[in-house]
Amino acid sequence: MRPAWSVVFLTTLIGAAQGLFLAVYAGAMHADARFAVAGAVVAVVLAALGLIASFFHLGRPERAWRSAAMWRTSWLSREVIALPAFMALAAAYAAAMYNGSGAAIAIGAVACVAAAALFVCTANIYACIRFLQEWASGFTLANFVLMGCASGLTLAVPLAALLAPQLAWPYAFAAVVATIVALAVRAASLARNARIVRKSTIQSAIGIHHPVVEQRSQGFTASAFNTREFFHGVSTGGMRRVRVTFLLLAFVLPVPLVLAGMKAGSLAVLCIAVLVQYAGLVAERWFFLAQATHPQNLYYQRKA
Amino acid sequence: MKKQLALVIDLNVCVGCHACVTSCKEWNTSGLAGPLSDYLPYGKEPLGTFLNRVQTFEVGTFPETQTVHFPKSCLHCEDPPCVPVCPTGASYKRPEDGIVLVDYDKCIGCKYCAWACPYGVRELDAQQKVMKKCTLCVDRIYDAKLPESERKPACVLACPTNARLFGDIHDPESEAARAIAERDGYALMPEWETRPANHYLPRRITECDPPGPSSS
Repeated sequence: MRPAWSVVFLTTLIGAAQGLFLAVYAGAMHADARFAVAGAVVAVVLAALGLIASFFHLGRPERAWRSAAMWRTSWLSREVIALPAFMALAAAYAAAMYNGSGAAIAIGAVACVAAAALFVCTANIYACIRFLQEWASGFTLANFVLMGCASGLTLAVPLAALLAPQLAWPYAFAAVVATIVALAVRAASLARNARIVRKSTIQSAIGIHHPVVEQRSQGFTASAFNTREFFHGVSTGGMRRVRVTFLLLAFVLPVPLVLAGMKAGSLAVLCIAVLVQYAGLVAERWFFLAQATHPQNLYYQRKA
Repeated sequence: MKKQLALVIDLNVCVGCHACVTSCKEWNTSGLAGPLSDYLPYGKEPLGTFLNRVQTFEVGTFPETQTVHFPKSCLHCEDPPCVPVCPTGASYKRPEDGIVLVDYDKCIGCKYCAWACPYGVRELDAQQKVMKKCTLCVDRIYDAKLPESERKPACVLACPTNARLFGDIHDPESEAARAIAERDGYALMPEWETRPANHYLPRRITECDPPGPSSS
């Protein structure tokens, strides 16, 4: 598939927002209210940026309001409901913490449920398409959750260093553990995807069960929606480089960066860890979207 | 059983002339599904939206080869995976005749339905930014102003070899259903259990009399 940058930024930004909110809520009772307020506000801002990015994916963004209609059947519709719900609840939590309201803990708990529901919705948008075999697996949800939590925790470290220093080390350890677990699961999903046996073949695509089938014409001269939307156009070597890049940036480098930043007490290094990991997750999401091989590509043999 | 309109495409007689492609474009660009926009139609790299395409495959190894022309448009699946994923309800399957349609006024152009179609038969129109697909010429086939013989999809009427049959495949007496039953009509990518309504008729070996002395 050709990855859409809007979708790359949407899923990585809201993943970090959800992870950050969950992390901040978990630590809020051990810190000053300022930390919880700031964390929740940052989470809302990240989610809002993701929401803005999502509009760039639409051909007719002015009709986006229609997209909540089919929540009974469409995970995309469900995400369209879950994302603003999460943002509203996270904002309400921030407001309640700011005002010292007793309802804050309850509101925050509901926001955590919304964050979890949003992970399920986002992941299932991809995992529910059964013939995109790279996506149709439990790994999709596991990866979205783990990468969201890892990036959220890594972001919670500099935030805690500023506003709740006693939580900085616990968050740093949690970020390191989450990043390593995320790496393990992502590596397992890469191994799974490398062994996929395609259910569809050119024989099943045109229904002619002869071992030798060669395409002579795709039916048009230049390009079409079919050849633009479903092919990423990057060579095998290029894909390998993207994979190495995202593994290094998203999972390997953040671990020493977070630990070094904590040891040196350097806010700058902790912020660099956040940025390096986010850049890696952008590359990871691009790779995740690109790697899915659509069965329609069987009808464009010369293109693949 | 409920009605399910569909095309049955006879690969045995399709000659790959693209008359179905051009007649489809002609009818639909000015009809319900239109416009089907074109970019640089006379340039080096012409692009455009089409609801129907004809591809060509070569089967076997020379000299035992067959050239197969393969028209492909929306298959109007009985269990269409493109419909439940649509967030706005713009993609729908008509209960009365099984045609899968897009409501162009509701479509937000998110392309999710195209991802969810294993056959690649939906195209986002580059100008209108909404999803387009075969309508089985829904704006022709019920038009009482047309003579009954012309109440068929444009591609069916245009085909010079009668390789495209149109009818209700749930009616065992229809020409389409009989062709599927008698000539081993098959569906594409049965592994995804989408139950395409459109069927294809396989190639047949035609027995010829050996050339003999001319009697005239």
